Amino acid sequence: MTALAIDVHDLRKSFGQRLVIDGLTLQVPEGEICGFLGGNGSGKTTTIRMLCGLLRPDGGGGTCLGMDLLNDAPRIRLQIGYMTQRFSFYGDLTVAENLEFMARLYQIRDRRRAIAEVLERIGLADRADQLAQELSGGWKQRMALAACVLHRPRLLLLDEPTAGVDAKARREFWDMIHEMAADGMTVLVSTHYMDEAERCQRVVYLSGGRLVVQGTSDDVVRAAHLVTFEAAGDGIEQAVRRLRHLPGVETAAVFGRTLRIAGMDRAALRAAIDSLGEDTLHWQEVEPRLDDVFIHMLRDTEA
Amino acid sequence: MNRFSLARLFAMLIKESLQMRRDRATVGLTVMLPMVQLFLFGYAINANPRHLPTGLLTAEHSTYERSLAAALQNTGYFDIRPMATEDEAEQALARGDVMFVLNIPPDFSRRVDRGEVPQVLMGADATDPTAIANATAAVVALNATVLNRDLPADMRVQPQQAPFQIVLHGRYNPEQITALNIVPGLIGLILTVSTLVMTTLAITRERESGTMENLLATPVRPVEVMLGKIIPYVGLAYVQIALILLVSVTVFAVPVRGSVPLLLLALGVFIACNLAMGFAFSTMAATQMQAQQLSQFGLLPSIMLSGFMFPFMGMPAWARFIGEAVPLTHALRICRGVLLKGNGLAQIWPDLWPMAVFALVVGAIAVSMYRETLD
Repeated sequence: MTALAIDVHDLRKSFGQRLVIDGLTLQVPEGEICGFLGGNGSGKTTTIRMLCGLLRPDGGGGTCLGMDLLNDAPRIRLQIGYMTQRFSFYGDLTVAENLEFMARLYQIRDRRRAIAEVLERIGLADRADQLAQELSGGWKQRMALAACVLHRPRLLLLDEPTAGVDAKARREFWDMIHEMAADGMTVLVSTHYMDEAERCQRVVYLSGGRLVVQGTSDDVVRAAHLVTFEAAGDGIEQAVRRLRHLPGVETAAVFGRTLRIAGMDRAALRAAIDSLGEDTLHWQEVEPRLDDVFIHMLRDTEA
Repeated sequence: MNRFSLARLFAMLIKESLQMRRDRATVGLTVMLPMVQLFLFGYAINANPRHLPTGLLTAEHSTYERSLAAALQNTGYFDIRPMATEDEAEQALARGDVMFVLNIPPDFSRRVDRGEVPQVLMGADATDPTAIANATAAVVALNATVLNRDLPADMRVQPQQAPFQIVLHGRYNPEQITALNIVPGLIGLILTVSTLVMTTLAITRERESGTMENLLATPVRPVEVMLGKIIPYVGLAYVQIALILLVSVTVFAVPVRGSVPLLLLALGVFIACNLAMGFAFSTMAATQMQAQQLSQFGLLPSIMLSGFMFPFMGMPAWARFIGEAVPLTHALRICRGVLLKGNGLAQIWPDLWPMAVFALVVGAIAVSMYRETLD
């Protein structure tokens, strides 16, 4: 069995009266890319901050890279890279200067080579002398990633790294993450994008500060026991509005030219479809997708 | 194994100086501000004003009166302007056209000749007591002997008979040029403003822009962050000191009677006080706005209670007590002492050690307040 990069149990954290993390237990094996999912305010950022020692858990504990979360925070920091949700480098420094600063903080021996390498790998080489504040969103994220992996951390914590970044930049960003994981780096990445979740070897779904489900995306889909029907044809716009209010239909949404409904009860869904009484739509049962499952879970936890 | 590291401190230093270089406007201001303050305070503030306009009301034009007016004029404090009526003089005083009105009674010479000791009324605009304090003192010193030359020999006031005599002897600054008092004091004040405010903003800026979260996740230690942020400002502060001293000596003719290296050393301790205080404030403040207000909070007692604005000895005991805890109080004494009196280490020591204690205590508080987590 491979060693665990993250092994924490019963983590608890509250801000004032508000319990944000409520007994979270999480294990991530080394070298894996773990997608961290959950609605807004589900505790993703708080968990990541506790893992890198920025917040002290109120209860629970565990290890990060084999080091104690509560007592070894300074040592853990040397071996993790943390990319904050908000761009948090110095806009008034150039890309190279920001990297140089980080390299010095981590006391990297051959600074110049390390910086040149990371600039090359992340494709920032020709922007090295640009002020960070002048970079566009996608390039800022790249720079932040470069700064986080400069010291070759064993664990990379990414907090919604691709929020507000275009599709091409997102894909390239993920290609880089995969490359790094191939080199043995463990990656914990929070995201709201399903296509990104599907690129993770493991997804962890968080809700209300608790871990709701974890596993490969197939595992998660299977474990949900969700039933999905899809229809194509004329009148899907009218149908979706009626379907939404019928019993057993948890979600009904139009995707381009198809209409998808999902629920737990197959019979109830069929009854709902029959009650429409329209023959312009062609229905068929399909495999649920990850986003169907997550919307279903979000509904569950909100209820 | 993760103790203080010079390399990381060096990293902070490089980063801070780069940011300082990019932020030309702020650096420019910190250089220009002391100049503006220096010229404003040096020239504008004068606690010993001269040539105060003085109205003269008189019915006759005897020798005595002319001597009195001439003597007043000769003190340098008064510019005599004849007034026609009491009403005109009253109006002029009310408007502020004159600061004083000298009212000589109609039968002045006759009563002097009779030895009746007539009264001469000196009306003064006392709305600014400091402004007229020295002028009135000059009048008091004057009246005993002013008429001696004109009086018959038997009526002359003999020096030994004079009931009292006020001897004004302004040591170190015999001409009582206010600039000599204000300018050395300004060194301390300007340093307080620049270093305190700048460092107060330094940490909060990191927190507000989100870069603090990043910094906290790196191995950098609080002391490294603190020193890294402070040292560049120390450099800037010494540039300010050099500029102020240069202008003080060349433009305001402030004498340098003591040792400049000693002054620079003492001011270094003073700068440390302000930086520590600024750093402590910035760990308390959540936003730059709050930090600004906190630094005002530190600035106000410095200006009001240090003896910069009001003479320290004139303050009530409780205010002096607070004043002693303000670093600027000691810095002012050291600046004035070294520059004007030529004081050495032995004389400034009583003011040097309290600043050192202040810097250490507040610095320790600041470091302990620096949170390594976001809690």
